[in-house]
Amino acid sequence: MMTFKIAFRNVLRNRRRSAMTLLAIAVGVIGIVLFGDFVRFVTAGLETNAVDKVGHLEVFRTGYFAFGAGNPAEFGIDDYASVVKAIGDDPALAGKLSVVTPVVQLAGIAGNFALDVSKTFLGTGVVPSDRDRLRLWDEHGVNRRRLLPDSGLRDSDEARGIVGVGVARVLGLCEPLKLDGCPARPKKSGPDGAALAVNLAGLAEAERPSQSPPDDDLARIDLLAATAGGAPNVVNMLVSRAEPQAARELDDNFVAMHIGLAQRLLYGRTTPKATGIVVQLRRTEDLAFARQRLGQMFRERHLDLEIRDFAELEPFYRQAVGMFRAIFLFISLIMGIIVLFTIVNTMGMSVMERTTEIGTARAMGVRRVGVRRVFLLEGAILGAIGSTIGAAFAQVIGMVVNRASLTWTPPGQAAPSPLEVLTANSMGFVTLVWLAIVLAATLAALIPANRGARLEVVDALRHV
Amino acid sequence: MSATMSAAARPETAAAPPPVVRFQNVVKTYDEDGLKVEAIRGVSFAIPKGRFSMIVGPSGSGKTTLLNLIGCIDRPTSGALEVCGEDVGTLSDDQVTDFRSRNIAFVFQTFNLFPVLTAYENVEYPLLLLRVPSAERRARTLAMLDAVGLSDHKDHRPNQLSGGQRQRVAIARALVKHPALVLADEPTANLDTRTGAEIISLLRKVQLEQSVSFVFSTHDPQLISHAEDTFPIRDGILLEARR
Repeated sequence: MMTFKIAFRNVLRNRRRSAMTLLAIAVGVIGIVLFGDFVRFVTAGLETNAVDKVGHLEVFRTGYFAFGAGNPAEFGIDDYASVVKAIGDDPALAGKLSVVTPVVQLAGIAGNFALDVSKTFLGTGVVPSDRDRLRLWDEHGVNRRRLLPDSGLRDSDEARGIVGVGVARVLGLCEPLKLDGCPARPKKSGPDGAALAVNLAGLAEAERPSQSPPDDDLARIDLLAATAGGAPNVVNMLVSRAEPQAARELDDNFVAMHIGLAQRLLYGRTTPKATGIVVQLRRTEDLAFARQRLGQMFRERHLDLEIRDFAELEPFYRQAVGMFRAIFLFISLIMGIIVLFTIVNTMGMSVMERTTEIGTARAMGVRRVGVRRVFLLEGAILGAIGSTIGAAFAQVIGMVVNRASLTWTPPGQAAPSPLEVLTANSMGFVTLVWLAIVLAATLAALIPANRGARLEVVDALRHV
Repeated sequence: MSATMSAAARPETAAAPPPVVRFQNVVKTYDEDGLKVEAIRGVSFAIPKGRFSMIVGPSGSGKTTLLNLIGCIDRPTSGALEVCGEDVGTLSDDQVTDFRSRNIAFVFQTFNLFPVLTAYENVEYPLLLLRVPSAERRARTLAMLDAVGLSDHKDHRPNQLSGGQRQRVAIARALVKHPALVLADEPTANLDTRTGAEIISLLRKVQLEQSVSFVFSTHDPQLISHAEDTFPIRDGILLEARR
């Protein structure tokens, strides 16, 4: 107790110097906590974006993940409805599931033959209402200020679909879809591709009578893909809206449609399959359990299925999170070094000023370890007070930032979103930073503490 | 009272009490920038127990070095040194520190109180090092502050006390643990004549009451006049002791 009293009073002894030291520590902690909260916010945002799109887990026919892109029809899941039902009814997963829905991934050519244009696309067939529910997932509350636009897809309307803004631009849909900042397509000057267009248009026309859409005011495109048997197949799709995608490559190829339309395109008149089953959980922390449970279920039922999580399906998530974590570590390291040197300097001066006191204490019977303990404790006290002040200010600044309605366009996102720091549930993180800084401050004090402890008594007493 | 106690102490001296300090051919050499400086040149003597002993000599004569050796805060380069019956030359750093804590107390010329502690806490500190139980610690600290006449100033920090008061606190701090040996290096040098006399009187009174061995290093004639034993030193060589 006396050791603590001496250490604490010595911290207060040179108030100006201690105040400057505390300021340096507090600024360091503010920087670390705020940037850490920002990284947590970004990570939560990236996770939410990924989970909104692909769920936490996706079930595939074994081999699809590696080879399915070349032939999605071959790797379809037979009787996917029973697998979806089995997952939804599993008692071990009861209460943990948010959405379980089949999807069909496909690739092909999209054409607007009225304008004589076509391009390749990467399409997804979804259950529209399930897709809407997927997009509502917001465990971390990062999207609470986001207003979700109408998805443009309807369970009741198989013919509807949406495209990326890039697809809309290339296919000359900017005007019909009334897209801002989307340039009109220049007039075609040559007859290139005319023969192909005529052939595809013929196929499209053959499909059209059976697809009489109720929304005649919607733009129409034709989608061409190879069926499971290898034959070309065409369906008409009514484009209800264009949805901007984060990356230009994706934006120029994105098509989403009703799963029924996708199945018709990919499987023709054969038994429809799903290329994947998206499993979205209520909480990400259940991911490992759910993955293990699904694996067990598939083995028991002898189902030839594999499971991938969202980090595997969205490599960008891992890359972006890794980059932000690396920046956070770098900044923390810099802040930590500043704190370290500040403490070394402060405690070094303190040891020099108190050399005679060290000599007196040693003469009275304080062991070297006792001297070391006092200075280490002083470093820890400075670290603790500075960290506490810094953590408190970081929370206040965080709240101010969150109320400032700042926006930014995070990586992997097409539209601006709120710029916030994640102060909620940050107690564990702040405690970790607090402990790390106190530890760094204590370790920093070790150098001057050792110098003080190593002093010879007579030399210390002679010090002026 | 002082005379009575003094008289009572004399027969013990006559019965040749065991020495509290014994030097045997002790040499202390310092290495200053590669130059060997012999501060103590092979001294052999003994300081009797329970006496008011003074090491006297001019500045640079080696009296502080001698006091440091007695106080076990410095080690002889050669020779044997026995303090309170212990061959201190054989003890490790921690052992000699603990030995000092139990047996030796210091009164410094510049008082050397801890500025962040109150008078009470300064006096209590040596008892904390000896792990004296709380209640006893408090009782002994208050009693010692009362003995030096500073009960009313127990909550004052050193910078709120006069020079004389600080030295009283330093004396209380030295004596509160009931040491076998009190070493005082020029304890009156930083005090005016009147305060110096008061301090000497206080030390003398305590020494007689507690039969503590006091060893001073001084060249203050006022203090020397109270010496029971005098050990003159010059150029690191002890001259003949006067008893």
